[in-house]
Amino acid sequence: MSVRFGLLALLAERPMYGNQLRAEFEGRTAATWPLNVGQVYTTLERLVRDGLVVAAGVDEDGHELYQLTEDGRLALTKWWATPLSRESRPRDELTIKLALAVTVPGVDVRSVVQTQRADTMRALQDYTRLKSAADERTPPDIAWVLVLESMIFQAESEIRWLDHCESRLVRRAKKSPPLPTSEPAKRGRR
Amino acid sequence: MSRERLDTEPSSALFVVEMVDVSRTYGDGATAVHALRGINLQVRAGELVAVMGPSGSGKSSLLHLAGGLDSPSRGTVLLEARDLASLSGRDRAALRRRSVGYVFQELNLIPGLTAAENVALPLELDGVSTKHARPLAVRALREVELEDVDDRYPDDLSGGQQQRVAIARALVGDRRLLLADEPTGALDSETGEAVLQLIRTRCDRGAAGVLVTHEARYAGWADRVVFLRDGAIVDQSSASGGAESLLGLRG
Repeated sequence: MSVRFGLLALLAERPMYGNQLRAEFEGRTAATWPLNVGQVYTTLERLVRDGLVVAAGVDEDGHELYQLTEDGRLALTKWWATPLSRESRPRDELTIKLALAVTVPGVDVRSVVQTQRADTMRALQDYTRLKSAADERTPPDIAWVLVLESMIFQAESEIRWLDHCESRLVRRAKKSPPLPTSEPAKRGRR
Repeated sequence: MSRERLDTEPSSALFVVEMVDVSRTYGDGATAVHALRGINLQVRAGELVAVMGPSGSGKSSLLHLAGGLDSPSRGTVLLEARDLASLSGRDRAALRRRSVGYVFQELNLIPGLTAAENVALPLELDGVSTKHARPLAVRALREVELEDVDDRYPDDLSGGQQQRVAIARALVGDRRLLLADEPTGALDSETGEAVLQLIRTRCDRGAAGVLVTHEARYAGWADRVVFLRDGAIVDQSSASGGAESLLGLRG
């Protein structure tokens, strides 16, 4: 997703000014994606250039307001209707890191996997606590719970993938002599 | 937080269960299976520890040893600061009945007994009269949010309700150690989460818990997650408690 469609989605509700858009964006996405106001204005300029947004005068405090054009509304409708392509998402640094770890000499791959898994597990524990607290709140904060659950599922999937990587490395180590590039696996570090 | 304070106290009495350099080998000679090797694990009152690892990594063996259902080939298991090896079989069984609650994937509810009777059973086996055991069982059923099922038989309950009865049976009589082996079994994700919530709540109220699971999402409820591979602990993670900063600005 881009900031671009985030702003279009917010402007579909009512005209807003830059800092207001920033605050609304962070509020709705539970601050998982902090924006700075410069990013908001740069994006607004591009949206105006592309004819999706126009300036809509100033409010009583002198803030410059922006609103959606008909083309902007169409672009937004299309965005809601189109699934996100996996290729368009940011490249996954962890996948790249592990792919490099198994090929670059001198890297203890199992240690990389284990360190990452412990860290992701820690994050999953934290998300679970936050979710548990949010569930108990009245009224429940649905947007916040949904964001947390998304993170929980992503973390869970990453841990499963790391488990899988570890098993695969172990199987390979059993089948063939250890790669000259990697140290023997460490055990019982604590 | 009290947890920080406890860290500085050396006394092992703080641990509800403590495993010191525990190994468990089945068989001997060339066919020996080393299920656990040199395990060191302490669980405090109020703490929930999850144990994860692939099949055959020793998760269930660890749980059986922690609850005194099996004895180590080497090393020491202390339950409420008492060395299980130093107790007679009878005393060990009594300590186990009074202090340890088990939740397994197979619920092992007795079909001919009502929900309340099933829950009261461990107390009655321990010599508590039916008259005294019944209100404790009913209280345990309320604790797992089961109302109006006291006199129903397991076959008349849903899978999720049966699992709750099994948990109530594990909780009854204020046991200090709760051991759970894949307690979410075949439950759907929401019911499974409710089960974890119950275990978490019990630990928050002062029990120590050890949860064996292969699902990271359920392990996420624990204070500490221990990863086993080939019978040894390969790494651990603890909740940071600083989750808000991890997510940015939200307070």
